[in-house]
Amino acid sequence: MTGYDVVVVGGGPAGTMTAKWAAKGGAKVLIVEKRQEIGAPVRCGEGISRSWLDGVGIKLDQKSVACQVKGAKIVAPNGTPFFLSEKMAGNEVGIVLDRIFFDKLLAHDAVKAGADLMLKTSATGLLRTGGKVTGVKIRSFGETKEIKAGCVVGADGFESQVGRWAGISTSLAPRDITSCIQYRLTNINYDPNYCEFVLGSKAPGGYIWIFPKNEDTANVGIGMQLTKLKDRADVKKYLDKFIQNDPRLKKGKPLEIVAGAVSICAPLDKTVGDGILLVGDAARQIDPITGGGISNSCRAGKVAGEVLAKATKERDFSERSLERYEKGWRDLMENHLYRNWMAKEKLVTLSDETFNKIISALNEVGVEKMSTFAILKAIETKYPDLVREFHDLL
Amino acid sequence: MAMAKDLDDLEVDITRCMHCGACVGSCPVNAIYLNEVLIEFNDDCTMCKRCIKVCPVGAVHLAGEK
Repeated sequence: MTGYDVVVVGGGPAGTMTAKWAAKGGAKVLIVEKRQEIGAPVRCGEGISRSWLDGVGIKLDQKSVACQVKGAKIVAPNGTPFFLSEKMAGNEVGIVLDRIFFDKLLAHDAVKAGADLMLKTSATGLLRTGGKVTGVKIRSFGETKEIKAGCVVGADGFESQVGRWAGISTSLAPRDITSCIQYRLTNINYDPNYCEFVLGSKAPGGYIWIFPKNEDTANVGIGMQLTKLKDRADVKKYLDKFIQNDPRLKKGKPLEIVAGAVSICAPLDKTVGDGILLVGDAARQIDPITGGGISNSCRAGKVAGEVLAKATKERDFSERSLERYEKGWRDLMENHLYRNWMAKEKLVTLSDETFNKIISALNEVGVEKMSTFAILKAIETKYPDLVREFHDLL
Repeated sequence: MAMAKDLDDLEVDITRCMHCGACVGSCPVNAIYLNEVLIEFNDDCTMCKRCIKVCPVGAVHLAGEK
């Protein structure tokens, strides 16, 4: 039986960042990834902001960046756009990645820091002694193995199986789930300088995005709240309809289809236990308004890795020891996640007419900074009644 | 072209399934497992049908439906 200080389940950004910082700090780390390739298949719109990369030690290489944009274009249901510069837009705007290379870059960094990496290796269950997680069962190239670990890290994405095996509740209410589909659409005729977000009943309870990949190719996708879906494959029908009705996109053909789901919930009560820790989408650390998860995954991953390195030195992977991670990631993002979840709960109830009013108010008044507060202030000057509904957020 | 799995009542159309895991993460009782590229259900399934709704491409369906 082989043993590691830390076994990370999942080779996405959350997992590889955790592995990198744990290995850097001296822990013996293994990453297991069930797919045959890191970064593929992509499950992402690929838009990120630049601001957080330095803080977590990511130096993007040329291949990881597909496109750089000037800002965001928020489109009202009636077609009126509101433009935001990159500085104002905040999350999910600035760079459009090639995840197929970005994820490999992060995995490379983890391996360089000393982590082991196994592909085509699925976690099938946890090893336990008493109530404590002591390792993971894996299946790799036809072989079943048990791997001992001081701590198992669930970085297994939206599926979030590891956490549930460990008894950590990561279950989602239907209103906190977004179903998504995206085409990488080529042969389109559009402005590749902006990441576009289309609001309203074209994507009930979510939005449609157009994120530039190059001058005539973009990631065109849709996310819809589960409670707004009626028939099978509704998400795909809404996106197909949008593309057919948009003269810029109509002639486009997909080079790739990406499907998936995203959590849009309030922060979990708990993300650690004895010998277990959750990070990234598996810990539901996604921004409930944008559905973006890369920056949060990487920032939480760094905290997790650093805590695991300390825990390794102290030989203490108890829940109490891992609570340093719980506190660390919450200090970074919990308030923001909670506030955006409350805002999301409100946004999904708004009519097209209200979205039109909001965009027109933003265009007339203008906003200095894209914070919830600044936006509400701007809207208040024109539509005080509208803001009264958002009173909780002010 | 549907492939029946362990349960009698639910099927996954493998010609539509993109093995994205949307159904797995949405299942309230953790009754679905993504075995690399195959969706497997276990006996904990309560037939809440959330997996049918969440599937972006309509691959999960009731047995007998196309």
